[in-house]
Amino acid sequence: MAATTSPRDEAQMIASIIAGDSRLFHELIRPYERRVYVMALSFLRNEADAEDAAQDSFLKAFRNLASFRGEAKFGTWLISITLNEARSRIRRRDTIKMESLDEPPDDQGHTSPALLRDWKEIPSEALERKEISLLLQQAVTALPPIYREVFLLRDVEGLSVNEAAEAIGISIASVKVRLHRARMMLQKSLAPQLKRVAPKRRWFPWP
Amino acid sequence: MAIECKHVWAHISGYLDGNLAPDVLQEVQKHLEHCEICSAILDSTRNILVLTADDRVFELPLGYSERLHARLEKEIEGMEAPPPADD
Repeated sequence: MAATTSPRDEAQMIASIIAGDSRLFHELIRPYERRVYVMALSFLRNEADAEDAAQDSFLKAFRNLASFRGEAKFGTWLISITLNEARSRIRRRDTIKMESLDEPPDDQGHTSPALLRDWKEIPSEALERKEISLLLQQAVTALPPIYREVFLLRDVEGLSVNEAAEAIGISIASVKVRLHRARMMLQKSLAPQLKRVAPKRRWFPWP
Repeated sequence: MAIECKHVWAHISGYLDGNLAPDVLQEVQKHLEHCEICSAILDSTRNILVLTADDRVFELPLGYSERLHARLEKEIEGMEAPPPADD
């Protein structure tokens, strides 16, 4: 009765990993690599830190795999590990910042000169896309954390409302409310800017 | 009774997710048919969602996946299997 085209059986994969087939862990996490990184990046706002946090999150998932009970989906469990990891890194970073207040800031801001120079070399359509990407990234990152995480999980990573609720540990109703506010805030902040860089489309801000 | 614009805005998120109750959906749709402003707001909200869902907005760093699996391989090798849960 073995189904030939059966979807990934994650419960079976996890059981095999716990039984000793560690190599399967690489397969298990493949669909979630991007999601974990994006969530970490949205909190840490720095590519290197986000990559570090992503690696640590996957390792924590491996170490704690035996305590994963399967009440949630593996993917949402992984996201809650990632959110914890990102939050604790932010706390640590904030502590370090407070200790080194005398040091001059080395924050170069969001746009590097190299990136701007590169823009001249690429066709205008790509330039528009690059500028749009940056606008979107900045607007999403600027959302307050409780709205940002819901928005990223649902609208960027495509989780269902229920999965997002499970991953964050809030009610489905709260996800819907936060999602609505997040979209409204983004729409309000982005519509005027997008109108400027992509005037052909319809951009109409919330009144 | 026709609904107001403000009422429609409160439902735009639910409308985009397709989870409005049938009677609300009908009212919102009827409003959108004749209200230029609300349909423009709906369009731009939808456009923003389509754009942010594009993989190019949040790009993975080059070599991210390779580095991840290399690190996992190195660390997991030393562990063999995940340690048993401590109940």
